[in-house]
Amino acid sequence: MSNKQYTTIDGNEAVSYASYRLNEVMAIYPITPSSNMGEWCDQWAAEGKRNVWGTIPSVVEMQSEGGAAGAIHGALQTGALANTYTASQGLLLKIPNMFKIAGELLPTVFHVSARTLATHALSIFGDHSDIMAARSTGFAMLGAASVQEAMDFAVIAQAATFPSRVPFVHFFDGFRTSHEVQKIHVVPDDVMRSLMDMDAIAAHRNRSMSPDRPVLRGTAQNPDAFFQGREACNPYFDACPGIVQKVMDDFAQKVGRVYQLFQYVGAPDAERLVILMGSGCETAHEAVDYLVEHGEKVGVLKVRLYRPFDMKRFLASIPATVKSIAVLDRTKEPGAAGEPLYQDCVAAFYEGVANGWTPFKTMPTIIGGRYGLSSKEFTPAMVKAVFDNLQAAQPKTHFTVGIHDDVSHTSLDYDPEFSTEGGDVIRAMFYGLGADGTVGANKNSIKIIGEGTGNYAQGYFVYDSRKSGSMTVSHLRFGPSEIRSTYLVSKANFVACHQPVFLERHDVIKPLVQGGTFLLNTPYSKDEIWEKLPQPIQEGLVRKQAKFYVIDATHVARESGMGGRINTIMQACFFALSGVLPKDEAIEAIKYSIQKTYGKKGEEVVRKNIEAVNHTLANLHQVAVPARVTSTEPLQPGVSPDAPEYIRNVLGKLALNLGDELPVSAFPCDGTFPTNSARYEKRNLALDIPVWDEKTCIQCAKCVAVCPHAAIRMKVYNPAALAGAPPAFKAVDARSPDWKGLKFTLQVAPEDCTGCTLCVEVCPARNKTEAKLKAINMRPQAPLRLQERENWNFFLGLPEMDRRKIKVTQLRSQQVMQPLFEFSGACAGCGETPYVKMLSQLFGDRAIIANATGCSSIYGGNLPTTPYAKNHDGRGPTWCNSLFEDNAEFGLGFRVSIDKQKAFAEDLVRTLAPSLGQDLVDGLVNARQTDEAGIIQQRERVAALKQKLQGNGSLEARLLLPIADHLVRKSVWILGGDGWAYDIGYGGLDHVLASGRDVNVLVLDTEVYSNTGGQASKATPRGAVAKFAAGGKQMAKKDLGLMAMIYGNIYVASVAMGAKDEQTLRAFVEAESYPGPSLIIAYSHCIAHGIAVDMGVGMRQQRTLVNTGQWLLYRYDPRRADAGENPLQLDSTAAKLKVQEFLLSENRFKMLTKSRPDEAKRLFALAQKDVDTRWQLYAHLSSRKQDVNGQPPKPAATPAAP
Amino acid sequence: MDLTTTYLGLTLRNPLVLSASPLSENTDNLKRAQDAGAAAVVLHSLFEEQLRRESEELDYHMSHGTESFAEALSYFPEPAEYRLGPEDYLEHIAKAKAAVNIPVIASLNGASVGGWTEYARKCQEAGADALELNIYYIPTRLELTAAEVEQTYIDILKAVKGVVTLPVAVKLSPFFSSMGNMARRLDQAGANGLVLFNRFYQPDINLDTLEVEHSVLLSTPQARRLPLRWIAVLYGRIRADLAATSGIHNAYDVLKVLMAGASVTMLCSVLMKQGIDFLRVIEREMRTWMEQHEYESVQQLQGSLSQKNCPDPSAFERAQYMRILTSWRPPASS
Repeated sequence: MSNKQYTTIDGNEAVSYASYRLNEVMAIYPITPSSNMGEWCDQWAAEGKRNVWGTIPSVVEMQSEGGAAGAIHGALQTGALANTYTASQGLLLKIPNMFKIAGELLPTVFHVSARTLATHALSIFGDHSDIMAARSTGFAMLGAASVQEAMDFAVIAQAATFPSRVPFVHFFDGFRTSHEVQKIHVVPDDVMRSLMDMDAIAAHRNRSMSPDRPVLRGTAQNPDAFFQGREACNPYFDACPGIVQKVMDDFAQKVGRVYQLFQYVGAPDAERLVILMGSGCETAHEAVDYLVEHGEKVGVLKVRLYRPFDMKRFLASIPATVKSIAVLDRTKEPGAAGEPLYQDCVAAFYEGVANGWTPFKTMPTIIGGRYGLSSKEFTPAMVKAVFDNLQAAQPKTHFTVGIHDDVSHTSLDYDPEFSTEGGDVIRAMFYGLGADGTVGANKNSIKIIGEGTGNYAQGYFVYDSRKSGSMTVSHLRFGPSEIRSTYLVSKANFVACHQPVFLERHDVIKPLVQGGTFLLNTPYSKDEIWEKLPQPIQEGLVRKQAKFYVIDATHVARESGMGGRINTIMQACFFALSGVLPKDEAIEAIKYSIQKTYGKKGEEVVRKNIEAVNHTLANLHQVAVPARVTSTEPLQPGVSPDAPEYIRNVLGKLALNLGDELPVSAFPCDGTFPTNSARYEKRNLALDIPVWDEKTCIQCAKCVAVCPHAAIRMKVYNPAALAGAPPAFKAVDARSPDWKGLKFTLQVAPEDCTGCTLCVEVCPARNKTEAKLKAINMRPQAPLRLQERENWNFFLGLPEMDRRKIKVTQLRSQQVMQPLFEFSGACAGCGETPYVKMLSQLFGDRAIIANATGCSSIYGGNLPTTPYAKNHDGRGPTWCNSLFEDNAEFGLGFRVSIDKQKAFAEDLVRTLAPSLGQDLVDGLVNARQTDEAGIIQQRERVAALKQKLQGNGSLEARLLLPIADHLVRKSVWILGGDGWAYDIGYGGLDHVLASGRDVNVLVLDTEVYSNTGGQASKATPRGAVAKFAAGGKQMAKKDLGLMAMIYGNIYVASVAMGAKDEQTLRAFVEAESYPGPSLIIAYSHCIAHGIAVDMGVGMRQQRTLVNTGQWLLYRYDPRRADAGENPLQLDSTAAKLKVQEFLLSENRFKMLTKSRPDEAKRLFALAQKDVDTRWQLYAHLSSRKQDVNGQPPKPAATPAAP
Repeated sequence: MDLTTTYLGLTLRNPLVLSASPLSENTDNLKRAQDAGAAAVVLHSLFEEQLRRESEELDYHMSHGTESFAEALSYFPEPAEYRLGPEDYLEHIAKAKAAVNIPVIASLNGASVGGWTEYARKCQEAGADALELNIYYIPTRLELTAAEVEQTYIDILKAVKGVVTLPVAVKLSPFFSSMGNMARRLDQAGANGLVLFNRFYQPDINLDTLEVEHSVLLSTPQARRLPLRWIAVLYGRIRADLAATSGIHNAYDVLKVLMAGASVTMLCSVLMKQGIDFLRVIEREMRTWMEQHEYESVQQLQGSLSQKNCPDPSAFERAQYMRILTSWRPPASS
């Protein structure tokens, strides 16, 4: 071990390392969980790192995965050594090019962190559905099962592609391998180089397109030629498996790790066999080792090279003693005879037996099953269940394992208590909050142990799907032998709970083994804590005779100047208690590691972290666990008890991370879920919440407008409604003359607020005697929770304002509208959600939303709950996410469909005039639905229509009834981020805008791919540092609005709520009312910007941005042109500040001054120039005079001479 | 006409020095200043607090929101290294040295002992000809005694003197109960020069936003009176050279503070308003005045009207102030 270089990294880094070392061109595009591979390459290239050939690779970000595949295709045709990285839908977008690349025998490797394809739902997690969708492309497919194999196979695939001329997909399981941190051996550069066939590489270069030796490729062929040509490549595919095996053998000789195309592990005389590929192989391997040790005749065949499927080698790998085989597929192919790997195995056996290639004279029993979809746990217990099934007289085939299928009864039962974990492995679990640095510290601990000791180390991290207040669970293993457990820790020697609030809802003790150690961060002392614990936690500690420790890490962190980051403190506790390393040695190692990790960020950070470690052990105390349980406090449910049954029983379980316990019948068959569910989650995230000072308040409604979570609201109502109000409920006279005699209340939802402070920041009112106070001020939530919960519930019961009486373009009036988008899991202080909420207030009761994949689809539609809500009539936005790239088209489909059904309904109404009455028919068909009054009136007409249709059995009536609601105007909204609108979806967006149809496009422009972690898009401004633009974005931001305005018939608005809220409001109202395509580009501050203070000042940032002129406010309304006015109206003034003032207030720009100061100066100067030039253009365009035809007005005729 | 003077052991061609200001952030400005007649330049300050905050800020932003959400485990690429801390500043010293042949004085700004010595040493290594310690401290903590505040100044000076061989000047605020005593203590602690006086940002109230704001106010000619008094008082009574700063806006101001005892004058506001080339005007007018009044050299007039040498030493004491008041009469009301 000591002669080799070891490192502790995750699968993505391991793969990108090998890929970068061996290639010179990378085309990249972000998609989870593969984004990190492109990020690493971009970063290394920006740092000037050279590959094994001595050159710095060219890394180019494309507009989509399809674009990346096209670029790679071109690079390969011109002789480059080129790779790309992707997953899931990204792989699907590459498929057309993959057929071409394989058809043209171009050597390359596509590294794929295999991920679920979106079907009834999107999932970012791992399975083989993407790989299987690409299996017919002609690419070879090599599957790694672990982080070590992922690096090794990246090298092997690269080495095999040149001599074989067959392009490779190298795949490894998304998250389980791509994100698992393991201690691995790094393949040395000289070994990598020596494995490459230089002659084959030279041949690839020589085959490349060059005008010096011209060739013709990519021809079109007719029936007379195509078929034969298609078969001409056969020898290459036939030879490919042998070449791969040869490379594997060379690799084994040089590195010592032995790989085979089909690798058998188990009893030499095994009777039962499982066959699978990917990370499940490791778990199966562990289970087989255990079972064989316990006398069972079982084995596992790991499929490494799935395509080309070498049937002879496959058969030769299987012991002749095998009687029954279960082939496990990590994918589902509805309607197929079986899943793909199963079918391949059956076919291989059939041919083998028929042709005598195998000692098997007859077919063994072969069954197929599915496991692990979307990273569903796959444990040794499940492997055992599969072997047990094989022992049955009639094994269940086409089974599932890992779920409880009470609908189709496909599932195998398994014993969750069955464990194969070795006694020499230390297993630890950590429950942390996203913001507290738990995961980072654990990754660091793995490094310390992995690189500082002879032990192996593994870390896997489970994250929340919410972006604010999210819980992370770290699963760590350390031990003297290789760790194959590719499943979560379920029996932990050490459990740490880094946030005491988790104890309210989660049984964190459950995984603790008998006599294990439990560490809790709590403000309570060792003498106080016991009485504060809920009953199940006490019970677990007593029953398991746990060793229980507490520390007030939050206090220690604060004292050390660390703010809320308790990571190093809890890390020091772990080392002190777990015994993985001698205590003193561990503490020294942490300090060394702090120096290494933070040193480059300056001495101050190092000093504070070390101080925190120094203060830790004195504050760590053991709690004497009493002999009996004293608490009667149960754990809190996942959602509030008043939630509807489905939300309580199903979504509530998901909210508690207990979804694995739900059976198939709990789920809809088509992915349809109820809305109106986020309101029941009551996440109680905020330590401080805003409290209204009704005497200071000027009722401007700005706080209500900017609240990203709709947690602060206003109502205006008749004083009589106050009857029965809770004693602490506040109400004052409404100040607006329009609301004379009515009461006004501003109310906070105490359990839904995230405490972001945007509302306080934006409040313009100041207390007259104590100017630091505003009309809302942050106060600790805990003492207010019960009182404000009561107030909130009363507030919800107050009547909503009649929408006909609301002035929709006046913010202080409009904000009284009920938001139908509330309590999303977006980041605290999110800059996008205020726009979505405004949309929901204005049009939510008739809105149909197409949402591109991205942040807005995750906070909008990631289970367990959705922020989309309903009003008292049960109306509200209906929402769907199709894909990332097709959202504009998807939304256009809504429009076309709705318009068609509306037109058909009108035809039917006219046809039915004799029975409906002409007045109703005229009203329905000619309804003016341009304001709330018109909409409400039409709804009443439709209700009357439905009433009349009830007794009408005619065909027309039966056709009309289900589509009658389309007679009420529907508002089609197409939502997405800049990654969608500027890049991957731009072609579609452009087409949809050009269609002239009445759709409303809202681009939530964060100027970066926020959801995947901040990769540059074409919306990223010049000079910003982003992933994929580690050296600073070189080009200016694309002017999407200007491009749309060129059409002339598209309503276009550029808004920034924090700069001018009523301009935003007007833009929404105008866009929706415009009877053609509308585009609103909404500047959205984002966590990926690194705002100098924090997200709480996001709205102020927007103001500064607009004041520099870097973001212009404007509205382009074609209706103005119709009236002979200039359609473009600039709503912001000439710059008041230099661009630099904004740039230096955000880390995305400022960090360039720290990493590349000279480049920062250059790009910042160009950024100023961009702004100046753009302002001149817009000032010119908006000041032009034009006639109704958009032409400059003709000069007035010169009067005739008398 | 001999305009030479000595300051911090450096022989300067005249007593006009470009003071620590945004003007000295740019090497082109330094060249222009040299061409216009500046005898030395003090570079803009390297702020101790800024370095510390930058470190914390960077760490905060690079870690904020990370490792929380599966699709976005971080939001920024992590460069292999940053240019944090004094590197840029040190490079600027080196560039300044290459750009001009007049002395380059580095300026360190801070309020505590930690960190300073390291930066001071690095400034010396980067080629600075002298150091100016710009010690600022607003003792708003009511427990803090005057003695403690004063001791901090002394400690900082000693710590820096302990690691550099360069001459060190201390830029002071006037807010000491016993300014003269403080000057003497710094002198005894090894200060080679005292720069009188520092100007702090002063807060103001914005009536529109009801917020307290800070903004830079350029000095006014009236500000020159304060350093003039203390330079006059200290001249000849301490070893350290005296530099006058604040409110020196023309040749006459320069002449006055030189007569009070300053070795040099530090110019900032006037150059920000009038441009760096205004140095030429000041020097020309100085020469003219000196010629008209038959002075031969700066050394001749330096300190000639200090408290020690002036005809009426009490003129620099409080009684004089009282006399101004008593001689003042309100204008007759109409």
